[in-house]
Order: sequence, then structure tokens, then C-alpha cells
Amino acid sequence: MSRKIVIEPVTRVEGHGKVTLLLNDAGEVEESRLHIVEFRGFERFVQGRPFWEAPVLVQRLCGICPVSHHLAAAKAMDVVVGAGPGDGLTPTAEKIRRLMHYGQIFQSHSLHFFHLASPDLLFGYDAPPEKRNVIGVAAANRELAVQAVLMRKFGQEVIAATAGKKIHGTGAVPGGVNKNLSVEERDALLNGPDPMNADAMVRYAQGALEFLKGYYAKNKTFVDTFSSFPSNHLSLVREDGALDLYHGVLRAVDSEGRRILHDLECQDYLAHIREEVRSWSYMKFPYLLHLGPQNGWYRVGPLARLNTVDFIPTPLAQEQLEAYRAVTGGKPHNACLHTHWARLIETLHAAEVIRDLLKDPDLQGTNLRVKGKREPQGVGIIEAPRGTLFHHYWVGANDLIERANLIVSTTNNNEPMNRAVNHVARTLMTKAKEITEGMMNAVEVAIRAYDPCLSCATHAYGQMPLEVSLVDDGGNVVDRKLR
Amino acid sequence: MAKKKIIATASLAGCFGCHMSFLDIDERILQLIELVDFNKSPINDIKKFTAHCDIGLIEGGCCNDENVHNLVEFRKNCTTLVAVGECAIMGGLPSMRNGIPLAECLREAYLDGPTVADANPLRIIPSDPDIPKILDRVYPCHEVVKIDYALPGCPPRADLIWEALTALVEGREPVIPYDVFKYD
Repeated sequence: MSRKIVIEPVTRVEGHGKVTLLLNDAGEVEESRLHIVEFRGFERFVQGRPFWEAPVLVQRLCGICPVSHHLAAAKAMDVVVGAGPGDGLTPTAEKIRRLMHYGQIFQSHSLHFFHLASPDLLFGYDAPPEKRNVIGVAAANRELAVQAVLMRKFGQEVIAATAGKKIHGTGAVPGGVNKNLSVEERDALLNGPDPMNADAMVRYAQGALEFLKGYYAKNKTFVDTFSSFPSNHLSLVREDGALDLYHGVLRAVDSEGRRILHDLECQDYLAHIREEVRSWSYMKFPYLLHLGPQNGWYRVGPLARLNTVDFIPTPLAQEQLEAYRAVTGGKPHNACLHTHWARLIETLHAAEVIRDLLKDPDLQGTNLRVKGKREPQGVGIIEAPRGTLFHHYWVGANDLIERANLIVSTTNNNEPMNRAVNHVARTLMTKAKEITEGMMNAVEVAIRAYDPCLSCATHAYGQMPLEVSLVDDGGNVVDRKLR
Repeated sequence: MAKKKIIATASLAGCFGCHMSFLDIDERILQLIELVDFNKSPINDIKKFTAHCDIGLIEGGCCNDENVHNLVEFRKNCTTLVAVGECAIMGGLPSMRNGIPLAECLREAYLDGPTVADANPLRIIPSDPDIPKILDRVYPCHEVVKIDYALPGCPPRADLIWEALTALVEGREPVIPYDVFKYD
């Protein structure tokens, strides 16, 4: 008997994702789909708006990582105003933007790890659902919860100091920034009362990594094999191969680490990336053009980044990277749950970058903005917390946006998330007579590892409450589990 | 001890920035969980209302049929319903599509866009029964159900969310000072 399984967040009414699985007569998973249920139409309604509005408009796609959209749009508009693709800004402007961005990486990664992932690690994937949330964490381990709140708060303070506001700031403008960092603002972040200072945040990030490594040591087989499948990996890297989340060239490697995209200039992305449209999801499916949709799909985000880069340019994070790489003998990591590990190494890196940047006197410079010869279009690419984010705008001589193209991080992970769902379903649900709580947990855990950003693409945030129905050929529900 | 108030939250066609601003109450969140119990919310595992709630916080307006369904559910299950932020109050950034025919938005996203124009030979526009239907325009919450309070801002400041929530929990009228009436 063939049957269709629907895994549906009851909150899909909030615009969450939804999973459907089709099982054939032999009880094997024949098809699996992660549906993304939101549509905004941004590319169309931004047409006709003045180009300088883009950095403040577009970030309102996403309140979880607004800085990424703010900066990607600003970078594209740098090109438009003739400030060049990446290296044309004044040192003050570039460093203020970097500080803003690493502040956001720090807060977003902290949010994901502590508020979303840590309940699973603390309580186990089979824990009672009512316990598995950040409030449960606060009840069980107050120290960890306080640390979570303070790490996120520190990142938000860095953003507020550079962008003027914690959420939907205005710091970046085409060709530069609109404010520098005052000595008072700097000192508050650098020398604030413990633990609200950059040194304490480095310490906290190291502690989080030790916590995670302790968990991995106890659950190695599960962590190494859960939803592990080969894929390509794509990210920006600095021209010398270093991890750089603000600017660089596009590099992709295959599952064995062979280069399949060779340090491409960002402005040329259009010659290499395409998106497939499928009728069952509002989210498109990007791929590398020369490999086609079947073989050209790729992962982005922390896991992908630590697979593409040659090294991390801060010492503590580099040391962690070496230990991380030793696990796979230097080959790319393809295990889904290693993403959490990669994410925390980046969190440590972000803390180091923030600490070092704050000591740079260029942040108090007063030369904030440049402009040159106007260009008709510009591309801005940045590594958002969840992965590579593409913005591309065409601007008319009348300063109005004529056209826009956005490929957000979570869209880049669309195919990998679908594969992850498929992998878990095949592994656990094949020939299953009954749906268990554990199976539903597992599907959610696989999706959540990608930290799908949720506003950019789906709104599915945090714990995805699931409803699973087993339906027979006649459409009759034979089993239903709610969680 | 008085019974804890119960609160629920939802993000409809918003960006989650209002929920993030809520989290920006920082350490006070540990105080808050002493004061209230959370029911249905994207930050926990409660997917369907399990109790009648005293306060519902709504972020975002309605852009598809599921948003409408969810908002109506919140109205039914919450004594006091609060529109949080510009999108819930006025439609916000998503409502910038209201002056443009929906078909044009879909065409640009799926047929004509630079990375799809030559990559969608079957001219597919998503339409599966498994995904919600998009509304003709984006509707602010008060055009769909009765709203009791509105917290202005994009997003509302964390301090404003804190003040309003604690006031409602304690049974006072929230103080919304004039200088927070802005949508920057």
C-alpha cells in the first residue's frame, strides 16, 4: 500500500515550512519535499524606488540578520556610485561595516546555538517537547542561559554602536557609512564591566565550544552519521584563501575538496549561478550553471565556509579549525550536525575580530564616504550568518532602481535541506508501520542544523512544531501524531 | 500567589524583527518567565492553543490565506490582542507590493528574473495545493480582526515591548510615550 506522509508545522499558518513524503508499495520513501510557503515579491516592488533606499528597505525582509541585507545592498550600491567592488571605501567606512557585520555574526550564531540548538543537546532529542526550548534551558542551566542572553546582547550592542539601532539600522550608505565609532562607544564595548566586553566574549565563545565538544565526544557516532551526505560547498573567501565574512571572491569545492568554482569575482556571479523553479515551493533552487541543476547544487553557511577556506586569520579560531579538520583528515565535512561545531568556531572568530577591530584607531576616522563614476549596475555579496547572500541591482540615470535580483542564504540551502529531509526519512521511515516522536524529531533536527532563516525565506523559526499524518490510498488518516 | 498570565505570540507576514526586539529585553527575559507562561509561540513547541491566553502578540500583517486563518485563531484564543510593529499595524514593507498586480510580482520572481529567465523552460510559477494561496494585497491586522493595542516601531523598542507587556500583565494601561511613535 502506498501512502503519503505529511509533516506539517501546525504553525504553517504562520508561514512555516512543511514536509511531505510519499511512500511506495514496498514502504520505501519515493519522494520527499520541504515546501517553503512565503512569497514577498521584493524584486518587483523595489523597482522605481531611489537606489539609496535599498540598504534600509531590503533588510526588512529579515529581522534576524538585517545587517547582512543592509550591507549586501550597500555593497552593491557602492559599485553603482563608483566606489568600487569592495576595496574602494575609506579605511574607516570599511572597518565600521566589518565591525557591524561581525557583531551580527556573533549575535546570530549565539542565538542559534543557545536558543535553538542547545535544548536538544542538553535534554536529548527525545526529551519531552514542553521542556525543549530556551525557557527549559533557563530552568535547567541558568548559567548557560545567562551566557546566551549576554552573548546575544553584546553582539546587538556592537550593531547598535555602528548602525545606530539594534534592528534595522541605517549605518551603511552607498559609498561608505554615516557615522564612525566614538571613543566612548569603543570603550563601552572594549572595557565594559565584566562580562560585557570583548575579552569576556572571546572567553564565552571558547566555553561554548568546549561544551559542544563534550557533547560530541559522548555522541560521536550519531553526530558523524546523522543526515550525512556528500555535497558541493560554496562561500566567499578572501583573495589569499582566508575566512572573510564581509568580502572576497566566490569559491566552491566538491565533496572531496576539489575546486569547482575558482575564486570568481563577485560581479561575475550571473555567468555562473542559476535558479530552478519547482511548482511546490515558493523558494527557488540555485545551482552552478556549468554543472546543471542535477549536480550543481551546493551547501552554504558555516559548514560550507570551513570547507572552502584555507585558514582562519585569527589564532584561537585557527587552532580550533585545525582540530576540526583533523577529524576528517582534511577532507570536507559533510555531516549535518558538524554545522554546529563550525558555527561555534566562527563565533569565536567573530569575537576575536571584534576585539581586534575595536583597538583600531581607524574606527575614529572622519573620512566616511567616497564616490566616483556612476555605474548602471552593482552586485553585493556577503557571507550572512547562514551563508552566501547575493544582491544585484540595476539603477537608471534617474537614480531609480530598474531591476533587482536577490538570492538569500537559505535559498542557497534549499536543495541541501530537501536532501537532509530525504536522508532522514529514508533512514528512519522506510517500512515503518508507525510514526514515532523520534522520527519527527529527527526530521526537524536535520532542517534546523541549517539554521534556516526563516524570515528571509520561510518564517519557520526555532522549534518547528510538527503534525505528521499517515494517509492511506483512499485518503484516510491511519495514524496521526502531534508534537 | 496570583495565577500567572498566559501569553502567545505569532509572526505573520513580518520579518521576525519584532520577535528579535522582544529578545532584546535581554536579562529581563529571565524575569519575564517568572511572571508569565508562554503558550503557542514560534519560540517553543506548542503548536496549537492548549489554553485560553490573556495576551496575544502579533507581528506582521496578512499576505496569504494561512496568515488570515492564524490571526483569526489568535483573536478567538486571546483576551487582549496586540499588533506589534509597523507590519501588523499598517502592513509595513511587504505591503509595498499593494500597488502592483500580484501577477507582475510572480512573473519577476519566477519567469523574468536574471537567474531564472533562461532556467525555467516550463515557465513554472509555484502553485501546488501544498503551499498557501497568496492574497491580492497585504492586509494590516485590524482589517481582519479587532485589535486592542498597537505598539509602534520598526521594530518597537525593546523597552516599549517590556513596558507594554508588564503593564498588561499587571492590569495597568500601557504608557506609550510620544517619542516612540516612529517607524524608522
